[in-house]
Amino acid sequence: MIIEKIFNKWILFFLLTIPVFGFVFEEIYYITLTTKVVILGIAGIGLNLALGYCGLISFGHAAFFGLGGYVTGILSFHALNSELMFSWPFVSSGSSDMLVIWPIVILSSAFLALIIGLLSLRTKGVYFIMITLAFAQMLYFFAISWPNYGGEDGLSIYMRNSLPIINTMDPLTFYFICLCWLFVVIFISAKLINSSFGMAFQAIKQNEERVKSVGIETFKVKLLVFVISGTITGLAGSLYTDLNRFISPSVLNWQMSGEIMVFVILGGIARLYGPLVGAAFFIVLEQTLGGYTENWQFWLGLILILEILYVRTGILSLFEKKIKI
Amino acid sequence: MTSILFFEQLLNGIQFGTMLFLMSAGLTLIFGVMGLINLAHGSFYMIGAFSAALIASLTGSYWLALLASLSGAAIAGVLIEIIIIRRLYRRDHLDQVLATFALILLLSEGVRWCFGAFPLYLDIPENLNGTLPILDDIIYSKYRLFIIFMGLLIAAGLYILITKTRLGVRIRAGQNDRQMISALGIDISKLYTIVFALGASLAGLAGAMIGAIQSVEVGMGEPILILAFVVIVIGGIGSIKGALFGSILVGVTDTIGRIFLPEFLKVFMEPASATSVGSSIGSMLIYILMALILIIKPSGLFGKT
Repeated sequence: MIIEKIFNKWILFFLLTIPVFGFVFEEIYYITLTTKVVILGIAGIGLNLALGYCGLISFGHAAFFGLGGYVTGILSFHALNSELMFSWPFVSSGSSDMLVIWPIVILSSAFLALIIGLLSLRTKGVYFIMITLAFAQMLYFFAISWPNYGGEDGLSIYMRNSLPIINTMDPLTFYFICLCWLFVVIFISAKLINSSFGMAFQAIKQNEERVKSVGIETFKVKLLVFVISGTITGLAGSLYTDLNRFISPSVLNWQMSGEIMVFVILGGIARLYGPLVGAAFFIVLEQTLGGYTENWQFWLGLILILEILYVRTGILSLFEKKIKI
Repeated sequence: MTSILFFEQLLNGIQFGTMLFLMSAGLTLIFGVMGLINLAHGSFYMIGAFSAALIASLTGSYWLALLASLSGAAIAGVLIEIIIIRRLYRRDHLDQVLATFALILLLSEGVRWCFGAFPLYLDIPENLNGTLPILDDIIYSKYRLFIIFMGLLIAAGLYILITKTRLGVRIRAGQNDRQMISALGIDISKLYTIVFALGASLAGLAGAMIGAIQSVEVGMGEPILILAFVVIVIGGIGSIKGALFGSILVGVTDTIGRIFLPEFLKVFMEPASATSVGSSIGSMLIYILMALILIIKPSGLFGKT
């Protein structure tokens, strides 16, 4: 455990220094990449709560990531074009203020997670995997065939959404906004995991029947975990839209759900920093292998299979074993 | 006019359904016998289509190409089962989902390496080209009728295999109690390989037959894979009867929904918004159907509770 903690400190060190280096040497590209790592890490941390700690294998977290992204995209699309969004029950023409967008994203992702959770948590095992997948696919096809917001081509927003005083268009500033969210999310997750509620949902992963037998309503616990998990992933989706200033149905695709899952597994399941490490590893792999060969996903697949067949507990566990020997 | 259109679309839906059946029968067998969620099943669909396209371009014969799709996918299935899949049977669902997700990346990129990124084409054979009059004024594509016929033939073949043969007895026994049949001295790992190869070859055949209508390209297997999952979840995982019923239901619902929902909504709404709302709901229809069925019956229509 000690080495893992040292490793986590190194991660934070890199997160703080790489973008600053990028800024000093005017390599904006590195700032963008690190921002991407942080955002995808947040999405993974969200999924990790449900998947890693509670054992709810959701294959549909792209739904929340995409919803957060689309809510952000649509709100700012209307604000920038000063087009009326809806006139009932009150008049709204969107918003491009992050302080308005974030609460709406959080509320709508939580609501979606509540609906999907209420319906899906009635099922178990493979059926749960498949029904979460089905809900994500539902949204995906809806986004493709709904013509108002770009349909299959996606939706571009010309300006990144704004915050008071701060200039969000500056890559480094936006990076630090995302980093703040990362710290908030890690803090919340750590608090949750160590709370009595956290004990309950981690116990459900071990043996749900026993948790039931001590009088805990496991359905409610699972539902709450699922909602928190979906909300965090939704928030990541919002930041992702702001990073790219573009949103398309591809973030709702099932491959996206798979990738978020891959971040969690690569880094190490049920480890606080695991998804962040996984996302960093994924992006580094994409950048380095992608430079050499077009078929970099082949090597990603190979690494993943070897990981699952032989390592099994993620990158972070490699640092843990050394201390045991 | 509408009744002709309806009948035609119904046949299209059934044709789509029989194709889905070839995919989902293998998927549901593999889950039922080995307890494995195989996301890479769509890759065998692709491998079958590519083997068929390769043999068709070498020999020019569609029938040899169909044979190649069956054997190509079966060989790939045996190899992959022995090298990777067999290590996953004892793992939990999460490991299976991820490993087979990785396998998709591996196989898709592998095929792209061998064949390039451009789609290939497979020609429909001469004697299946054109149309056939069915009833008074309804004509329908011969090739699509051939697909329906093949699908039903294979459904019947599977029925006989499962209920009347020794292999079928073992498969059913494997579905009921894995430990018991290995205790009875049956080589379980050989049985697993056979079942996996059987599923893979059915998927390969489906890929080759659809490849002649659409194009043969990398990534063609994934959309149909997701649909096959919807089918087996609706039908109840592990049940071949459920897979057949679910396939036809999904095939028909999807085809009819996409065409007639916009028309139907025009009764209530203005045409422009009816078209956009109708087509978006039409494309979500099967997922809504699946969610409804799971809410009413959480283990599918024919699944064991």
